[in-house]
Amino acid sequence: MHKRTFLKVSALAAATMLSLPLMAHAQNATLKIGFVGVTSGPAAAWGISNQRSMEARAAWLNELGGVTIGDKTYNIEIVPFDDQKDPKRAIAGMEKMAQDGVHYVVGPNVDDGAAAVRPVAEQNGIMYFPYAFPKELYTPPASNAILGMVANYQSGPAIYKYLMENKGVKKVAFVAANESDPLSQRESGIAAAQALGLEVVSGNVTYQVDTTDFTPVLLPVIQASPDLLVLSGVSPANAPQLIRSARELGYTGLISTETAQDATVLQEGAGELAEGFISVGGASTPELASDAMNEFVERYTKMFGEYNDESNTKVYALEYIIETLKANPAAIDNVDEYKKTMDTFEAANPFMKGDAKLKYVGTTSFGQKRQVSVPLVVNEYKGGKFETLFVGQVD
Amino acid sequence: MEQIIANGLYLGAQYALIALGLTLIFSLMNVLNFAHGQMYVFGGFVTYTVVVQLGLPFIVGLFASAVVLAVMGAAIEKFLFAPVVRRSKRDESTMLLAAGVAFFLDAVILLFFGEKQRGVPKIVNGVFNWDMRIIMPYDRILIGVLAILLIVVFIAFMNYSKTGRAMRALAQDKMAAQLMGVNVARYSMIGFALGAMLAGLVGGLLVTITGVNLGMGGPTSIKAFLMIMIGGAGVISGAIAGGFILGMMESVGLTVLSAYGDITYLVIFASLMVFLAVRPQGLMGKPWG
Repeated sequence: MHKRTFLKVSALAAATMLSLPLMAHAQNATLKIGFVGVTSGPAAAWGISNQRSMEARAAWLNELGGVTIGDKTYNIEIVPFDDQKDPKRAIAGMEKMAQDGVHYVVGPNVDDGAAAVRPVAEQNGIMYFPYAFPKELYTPPASNAILGMVANYQSGPAIYKYLMENKGVKKVAFVAANESDPLSQRESGIAAAQALGLEVVSGNVTYQVDTTDFTPVLLPVIQASPDLLVLSGVSPANAPQLIRSARELGYTGLISTETAQDATVLQEGAGELAEGFISVGGASTPELASDAMNEFVERYTKMFGEYNDESNTKVYALEYIIETLKANPAAIDNVDEYKKTMDTFEAANPFMKGDAKLKYVGTTSFGQKRQVSVPLVVNEYKGGKFETLFVGQVD
Repeated sequence: MEQIIANGLYLGAQYALIALGLTLIFSLMNVLNFAHGQMYVFGGFVTYTVVVQLGLPFIVGLFASAVVLAVMGAAIEKFLFAPVVRRSKRDESTMLLAAGVAFFLDAVILLFFGEKQRGVPKIVNGVFNWDMRIIMPYDRILIGVLAILLIVVFIAFMNYSKTGRAMRALAQDKMAAQLMGVNVARYSMIGFALGAMLAGLVGGLLVTITGVNLGMGGPTSIKAFLMIMIGGAGVISGAIAGGFILGMMESVGLTVLSAYGDITYLVIFASLMVFLAVRPQGLMGKPWG
């Protein structure tokens, strides 16, 4: 064999060997999972952590050779759409998903967007996983929405009860942004506090999300001398500023919220003043995170440069979709099959230590299983990171 | 009452500084810079990067914000606004361009600095407490004083430097200034750079207090427009007055009206509508422009 021919044959053989895994990868069918949520503007952190969690997990699964559902193996493709926190855009996003043949969508992130997309989702056979709390989205006759996290009316009472029993809290004050989500969370928080016998000393102070100085906002609240200040539905952007202003005004009581926060953001924005701040987290505190969760955090950080603690909760929705489809492959393009599977579905939770399960819950709150079971982890901010205060479960 | 006044003065100082850059650009080029808020955010992120990521002193971060935004402003004027102003007689061309720049900067900020809220640790610790009548953290007092100082320096620069006088001449009558030998292209670029630099400086100052995030640009621009509408578009003293008036209205409203819910901005907007119906040119603007 001539030297040149030998080189050509060798190169061809090497190229073939190298491309075999890629060919197998490419031979997989594609399973499109949508994301409709806010990835721009003041609340961008909520949606971006969603989208990146999905992309990081999808890339990981694809790298492992894809996901086998029934007798077919799929690569996961995430189809994102930025709704800019605008319900009209959210509808357009859900319509795009329908046109693209997507049956499973994560999002939207806020109440009005989640409510707006309901008719589109129901008419086009789409199951969607909002991070929004209105009960009517999840109670019959609604059946296509699945709450992707723990709602504030589930976590709030648990937090207040814990603080009453362990920290002697008697008086509580609520502050909320002048937007639909925080306001509705404030109302349900006040109702829960009153049901527990707490005295609500301030419950009508609100602020604009673009406020640059919270001192005048919080002054009347602090003057009411609450034992606990609840920042209803507070965004990660506003939380450090509110904490800082409250402490600088001399407030020494407890501060809590029912939304997920990021430890780095608190550290940079409020520093030591954020010590003791209580928020709802996910499953990656060192006490709870499994090896898979730690690897997810590593992969996410490698892909996007920095991890977002909000993804501790946001990592779950895609996992639920994939595992449910594995449990009933007929659901891949038929959401009625998916709904049937939800009642009995159970799979191992890869992101938590121990024998935690992925299963659908929500019967108590919604009269049907329309919520993913994620651990209700209540965190306390200490020394630049979150520590688990207590862990609860929702049904 | 003392607390309300102190809060109003602090807010007013930062608002006035934000409005100054916007009104300067408008007076020189008749351009409504919708990207002003994004420039403010960019300045905040530059200071954050220098101070938190690189571990350099705050003053270096502030200086970096000023330089980066001045260069950015000059480049935007030279390569985007100047050609459009030269070729198009329609005002909406520059408005659309400004909106485009705003969206572009939003995308750049997301790409380079991410989606998270960022903040610089407090530069001064402690809280000033005058018998519970005025409570004001020292860092806020410092930033307020720095903002007022920058306003004074800016006014002095505009009044007593050759460049400042040339820009004022341009703002008053472009044709006459040109006939007197003022280089319109050069001073327009310097003015835009100065306006952007002011936005960057205030972003750098406030990142220590309020932090900064991707979504702050739009609302900041709206507030800045509000201030220059109150004071009179294109008038330096009007922007300062507008800033302090808005700051004081916000402080009074948030305290006095808090019992009625979040109606402060509703009242401010309603008052502004009535005010503009009576005096459309603002407090210090001229009816002819």
